[in-house]
Amino acid sequence: MKFGRLACLASILAMTTSSSALAQGADYSRFGIDQDVPGACSYEAIDAKDYSGRQLNIITHAIPVIGEPTALHAKQFEELTGAKVNVVHVPFGDLFQRILIPFQTGQNAYDVLFYGSLWIGDLNPFLAPVPEAYQNVSGMQDVTRNYIDVAKWGDTMVQYPVDGDRHYLKYRTDIFGNADAQAKFKEATGKDLVVPETWEDYNEVAHVFSGWDWDGDGNPNYGSAEVTKRDDLMFSAFISRAAPYARNPNVKGGFFFDLETMEPQINNPGFVKGLQLFVDAAKDWAPGGANWGLGDEIFAFGGGQTLMSYSWDDAFVQAQQADSPIRNQVAAAPLPGAHDVWNRDTGTWDHFDEVSRAPYITWGWTSAVSNRSTSQDMAFDYLCFFSNEANTLSDLQVGRFGVNPYRKAHFDPSLWTDKMGWDAALTDTYVKTLAGMDESQNRVFDLRVPGVSQFMTSLATGVAAALAGQQTPQQALDGVAAEWKSIVERIGVDNVRDAYARVVALEDNL
Amino acid sequence: MSNDVTRKDQLPMYGLTRYKLFFLLPGLLVLLAIILFPLLFTIRVSFSGWDAMTPGLGWIGATNYGRLLVDGRFWQSLGRLGVIAFTAVALEYTLGFALALLVWRQIRFRRLVRVLFLVPMMTTPVVMAVIWRTIFHESLGPVNDLVALFGIAPVQWLTSPEWATFVVILVDVWQWTPFMFLLLLAGLLSLPREPLLAAAIDGAGPIRTFVNVTFPAMAPITVGAILIRLIEASKIMETVYVITSGGPGTSTETSSYYIFIRGLRDFQIGYAAALSITYLVIMIVLLTIIAKLLAKILVKAEG
Repeated sequence: MKFGRLACLASILAMTTSSSALAQGADYSRFGIDQDVPGACSYEAIDAKDYSGRQLNIITHAIPVIGEPTALHAKQFEELTGAKVNVVHVPFGDLFQRILIPFQTGQNAYDVLFYGSLWIGDLNPFLAPVPEAYQNVSGMQDVTRNYIDVAKWGDTMVQYPVDGDRHYLKYRTDIFGNADAQAKFKEATGKDLVVPETWEDYNEVAHVFSGWDWDGDGNPNYGSAEVTKRDDLMFSAFISRAAPYARNPNVKGGFFFDLETMEPQINNPGFVKGLQLFVDAAKDWAPGGANWGLGDEIFAFGGGQTLMSYSWDDAFVQAQQADSPIRNQVAAAPLPGAHDVWNRDTGTWDHFDEVSRAPYITWGWTSAVSNRSTSQDMAFDYLCFFSNEANTLSDLQVGRFGVNPYRKAHFDPSLWTDKMGWDAALTDTYVKTLAGMDESQNRVFDLRVPGVSQFMTSLATGVAAALAGQQTPQQALDGVAAEWKSIVERIGVDNVRDAYARVVALEDNL
Repeated sequence: MSNDVTRKDQLPMYGLTRYKLFFLLPGLLVLLAIILFPLLFTIRVSFSGWDAMTPGLGWIGATNYGRLLVDGRFWQSLGRLGVIAFTAVALEYTLGFALALLVWRQIRFRRLVRVLFLVPMMTTPVVMAVIWRTIFHESLGPVNDLVALFGIAPVQWLTSPEWATFVVILVDVWQWTPFMFLLLLAGLLSLPREPLLAAAIDGAGPIRTFVNVTFPAMAPITVGAILIRLIEASKIMETVYVITSGGPGTSTETSSYYIFIRGLRDFQIGYAAALSITYLVIMIVLLTIIAKLLAKILVKAEG
């Protein structure tokens, strides 16, 4: 009897041990990952879920940017859980209305949404708060401060971080470090060729390196690739240029508006200075450079035509592709800043001996679960799985996926040097630049308020008019400010102020 | 007796009318649904404040119409559209007529030439706009390379307001001249030969024949062709969307593109509906006036 009980206990113990061994040893490498990372969002954890007979509906961007990883992980999720996952891909220009119209008409069309994070002002009433359990998973705990902030509406996390975006400066190290190039710059300006600290410096460097063949490939090169096409994200390029002149570290209470009065600040001397420098830069752009969309900018810098660019990660990732002619010949740096920054409280310029920078934590891809979804459990599990450490590590390595660093672990240099073959010095500039933006106390965020599209369309039109010479920068931005006032009136001052207060809280580090 | 005869005559006619209505009704209802319902719904939406924050048909009266009256950008886009549309259609008509006259005659490979001339019209406008944008790309496109062969500096095809407008017009002319060609060729082929023979007998040369016989005889076709193309050209959208995004600045922003921005970019559904209805009314009035003028100048002059 005693022996029988012992044998029974032993077999139970053996079964438990062997099944545990099996689970620990389960190989998920067939899904394209190096190794599963244990946790609530891991392959193993999701594999244990059973969603057979249930369907998940996802709306996302067109393939490849964010659309391709959505589809890939949807297929994996189907295989692991037995769920049926239906993914709808939509071009960016249609994404906003395709998400909003079902909400407005009372439909429960999608459980999971992928979209631009700046739309939070319009979409937040329809988003389910991220449950505490998902906020406590290891991957979420490792998300950097910037992207936790971007995911929140007030104190509530309503967006699920899946990507980290920012604007930063990219430049060609082979040219900056070239003795002939340095001599040429010294001869032209009397100064040493260094990474531009201010936008005035940036324009000066771009001017010297525009219109001649400095890389010896037989074609003329240019100093700067910029996103300038109206209605193709040009408003973000303008914000990068204007931010350091208008975002004063000594002034709280609003960058785009004075939070107290809701008076637009978009036409103050700081913004006008930024726009003037943008207009001044135009003479040194490559032919057609005044009509470049994001794709043109990516390939102009990533293909080696220009010396510098600034905007999202994509141009840098393009430059680092295996077949890129300039692989490991680029570096990252913070966006140029300013020595003189407008102070709207005193109505004067404040001088800073040390350059004042205003890192632009620009919008990027984000995800969320609809608060109308009847499958919120499955939806959050999908997002948890999408963004688990193993998947993100894999997605970061595929440039076209549009997934960029957003966790502290992503700033580990060995990820880039060992897994992606990046040069160590280059990697150092990359991780330091990105990490530095998280630590800044003078950040600028997008205008995350209801009707953001109206404000940004207005801004893009005004900036485009100045770039085209149809108006002076002051005239253009005065027009934008007037239109912003009427937009605020239409939407409702309190509605905009309440939303803008949340942006100000982020910027003022409250 | 006469009443019985009358009743017997009427009954078949009455029955026939009922049958006609019975068979026509489904098609008529579908037509009404497709045309009338969206129009009426759009009119209703134009009196609402539907946008991203305020969904639904909440009544705001004529606020949207009041707003568009002072919307300088809308009226400028209409003016711009007029310039683009009239210029494009004038060029299409001239070129289309010239090509039709060329092919009307007995030339070698006439059938092949006719088919080749139609190819642009058979292509997808959006795809062609992407190709044209690549062609006119100021850094990478072949046009500036060609221009450079003649020692000319790169032309700002898409970044100068004048050249960008030229490119938009050029793309429209390239795509739709074949349509004019087709219509006008059909008209030429249907002309009676006697007046042409009479002109030849009278010793009229080709130019005099064209001016005094061919062109006046083509007047009804001309009016129809120009009107149809004006209606289509006034809706120009995909070329602007792909090639210039309405830029540089607002120099190529047409009414359709502006309405697209307000409706689908800004999600101001109510305002965009008001813009659309206003644009429709303006187009109907303008095109009616143009049709009457053309008929007066061309058709009645010929009569």
